[in-house]
Amino acid sequence: MANHPTTQAIHSPVKEDVSVNYITSPKGLMSWLTTIDHKRIGIMYLWAVLGAFLLGGIFALLLRIELLTPKETIMTAETYNKVFTLHGVIMVFLFIIPSIPAALGNFVLPLMLGAKDVAFPRLNLFSYYIYVVGALFGITAMVTGGVDTGWTFYTPYSTTTNGQVSMMVMAAFILGFSSIFTGINFIATVHKLRAPGMGWFQMPLFVWGMYSTAVIQVLATPVLGITLVLLMLERSFGIGIFDPAIGGDPVLFQHFFWFYSHPAVYIMIVPGMAIISEIIPTFSKKTIFGYKAIAFSSVSIALVGFLVWGHHMFVSGQSNLASVIFSFLTFLVAIPSGVKVFNWLATMYRGSITLEAPMLYAISFLLLFGIGGLTGIFLGALSVDIHLTDTYFVVAHFHYVMMGGTVIAFLGGLHYWWPKMFGRMYNERLAQIGCGLVFVGFNMTFFTQFVLGSRGMPRRYYNYLDQFQALHAFSTVGSWVLGAGLFLTAGYLLASLRKPYDAPRNPWGSRTFEWETQSPPITHNFDFDPVLIHGPYDYRPEKKG
Amino acid sequence: MSETTHTTTHDNHDANQPKIYAAVLGALLILTFITVGASKIQFGSGMINVVIALTIATIKASLVALFFMHLIHDKAMNSIILVSSFTFLAVFIGFCYTDASTRDDLKPLGLKVKAPAVAGAPGATPAAPPAPAEGHHN
Amino acid sequence: MSDTAAVVHEEHSHEHHDSSLQHHFATYEQQMDAGKIGMWLFLATEILLFGGLFVGFALMQSKYPEAFVQAHHHLDKNLGFLNTVVLLVSSFTMVMAVHCAKTEQRKKVLVYLLITLACAAIFLCVKYFEYEHKIHEGLLPGKFYTHVGDTVPHQFVFFSFYFMMTGLHGLHIVGGMAAITWIFFRAKKGDFNHQYYTPIDLVGLYWHLVDLIWIYLFPLLYLIS
Repeated sequence: MANHPTTQAIHSPVKEDVSVNYITSPKGLMSWLTTIDHKRIGIMYLWAVLGAFLLGGIFALLLRIELLTPKETIMTAETYNKVFTLHGVIMVFLFIIPSIPAALGNFVLPLMLGAKDVAFPRLNLFSYYIYVVGALFGITAMVTGGVDTGWTFYTPYSTTTNGQVSMMVMAAFILGFSSIFTGINFIATVHKLRAPGMGWFQMPLFVWGMYSTAVIQVLATPVLGITLVLLMLERSFGIGIFDPAIGGDPVLFQHFFWFYSHPAVYIMIVPGMAIISEIIPTFSKKTIFGYKAIAFSSVSIALVGFLVWGHHMFVSGQSNLASVIFSFLTFLVAIPSGVKVFNWLATMYRGSITLEAPMLYAISFLLLFGIGGLTGIFLGALSVDIHLTDTYFVVAHFHYVMMGGTVIAFLGGLHYWWPKMFGRMYNERLAQIGCGLVFVGFNMTFFTQFVLGSRGMPRRYYNYLDQFQALHAFSTVGSWVLGAGLFLTAGYLLASLRKPYDAPRNPWGSRTFEWETQSPPITHNFDFDPVLIHGPYDYRPEKKG
Repeated sequence: MSETTHTTTHDNHDANQPKIYAAVLGALLILTFITVGASKIQFGSGMINVVIALTIATIKASLVALFFMHLIHDKAMNSIILVSSFTFLAVFIGFCYTDASTRDDLKPLGLKVKAPAVAGAPGATPAAPPAPAEGHHN
Repeated sequence: MSDTAAVVHEEHSHEHHDSSLQHHFATYEQQMDAGKIGMWLFLATEILLFGGLFVGFALMQSKYPEAFVQAHHHLDKNLGFLNTVVLLVSSFTMVMAVHCAKTEQRKKVLVYLLITLACAAIFLCVKYFEYEHKIHEGLLPGKFYTHVGDTVPHQFVFFSFYFMMTGLHGLHIVGGMAAITWIFFRAKKGDFNHQYYTPIDLVGLYWHLVDLIWIYLFPLLYLIS
């Protein structure tokens, strides 16, 4: 069996022939549709979630255009309600939850571990097809009348209104299983398929993040499943659990819903943080500061994140005692996130920093997630939340963490691993411009919304008071800048795929396993047997000779 | 890396298993009898009956998990997975119950409610509250 | 601990082709361990799925305690007890089947699997009779509840949960029977031996979970007063 390629070979300017890789071989559409190769499955997920992002993004742009004027601009109120509901449903269930785990995680995780595939490759393909079926249900619900309940489906409106609630809920139910099976696969893979020499504390932190996320996916998503089933049954058969008109408890629905949906936001952010933990050491050429602290903080966020869901329910009619407990626990769950941010900063301190696009996205993450996380604390304080809940302040908060956090990290990871996945380098100058446009546009759109919210603008409102118009208009223009940045990014990334293969094995000089194989990798990942020789963040100069 | 080889201890372990399984089945059946018996006795408040029933159920579940599902011989991770799922279920019900049992009665002053219809079918809704009394904000 | 050697070495195997060891695993032991973790994780999701129904049941019971007490008197404790015994026996025969697969007693595997299937079928028959009785009395979930003569309202909620919980459990029994049937045919073909009996072990784990759920369902639905 071949030995590890030498450092020389990895950075060698001599072009190696990568024409035989997981993309080109085996050939044919059927070979893709029946693949059990984690890399191909990851790529199929990638196009699917990017398509969902585009659709959800178009809905967002339409919403912002409607909000240019206080009254009707381009759509009726009923349509507006449907558009913000669909924006939420698509972005949460079709894009952001699967995005990093299923698209990037599937591709990178086995490579990082030195494995040939995930633990259950056929289950992996199955989970992809479940995603497709769920997406089809969702699209059908959209085009046959849509839903206007908000993505949170609160009862009793959702149990009594017309519209395609049951079909949309069924879509989310099906998509949940895709998430569960991905989680099961990753946990088993991390336990059993690490290369020799790679103990738990020699794994890259991206793996710790994906593992913690998988734990949440496995434990939380089934509760969403049963919640949606109960919702459908309440709608169809009046079983009497959520609808107050027949003796049910609508607050109970919120407990059921948020028991999943709060941990779900950690399914969204922990993978994003995991990517940042890879990018920052690589582009600082310095070992990560506080490896164990970051590793344990991922696990802590996953576990403590199960204890705070009631902070979405402070004004729901929930008891004061429960609210106080949830508020206290919400403050606790912020601590591990803070630990990470400080460790990343300490990693950068006195590092050899270069500012390629992945690093620009990582730095953007630090700023935007910082704001997003901090405003979460504001909202976690009971007295403050009474005034800010259901205003644009909340909308701004979650867009800062979900978009300024997860999506920015996703883009950073996409740029970081693009050469590995596709064997091509993208245009770096355009990438930096794109990142700048996204950063500026994002802040224009959403910082404004903190101001709107604190001044009393309610969320999900179609009409609003004249005094808010200037800020709304500014936010809308921001959405155009943001959109331009994203379209530019899509443009140069797709254009890169038309170039010949030009990416070396390790363009960024990183120290994790995936960079030791060719770009793009062969189907079986490695043409040698991976054995751990150095740590994943070991940037000490290698001994020559 | 050891391959699975037959050793004497391995053989004995395998040979003893059926006896252990039979003993566990016996225990499970006995516990089932006890559960039914205990449910016929009123131990004061209904809550105690619930606790007893759930305790016995948990003992039965533990026997199934430890012996029929081999957790007693298995790697610790599998036990951790099982215990975690129950733990988080306990968190779920614990917090929900805390909320439900400590909610204030939010009915407004002066509310008159008709007695609910006897049929108990979902169609019989309680009467809507009359026009709000003064000072009532809703 | 790293027991994951990346180099495949020759396994001391009987005459069967190597497709039972998947390409990304180095040893049968690694494959078995991974399969077990995967199945236990799946069982955890099932516990949380059913758990949601248990939580809903518990909270609605605390909201309408009288109604739930009245309603549960309509359930036949003896039939519930019989079903409990039947499932416990089926768990025993299932684990015996796994044991015989591991110790390569092929005929016994088939016998034990058949008995397990028979027990499952008995369970479903009993449930059928129970459901038939409920339908006859109008003790149905939600808006279908037509039982007359209730002194306490909201009993329909109990039956909503009764049918949801036993119905979902019944669906899992049917799924389990399908899985056991598949295992039966694989065992008949001679697929299993002392180093490869993973599929029957994993189906066994699933079957025991179905039993576990009933262990909790029985007292909560039939016995608590």
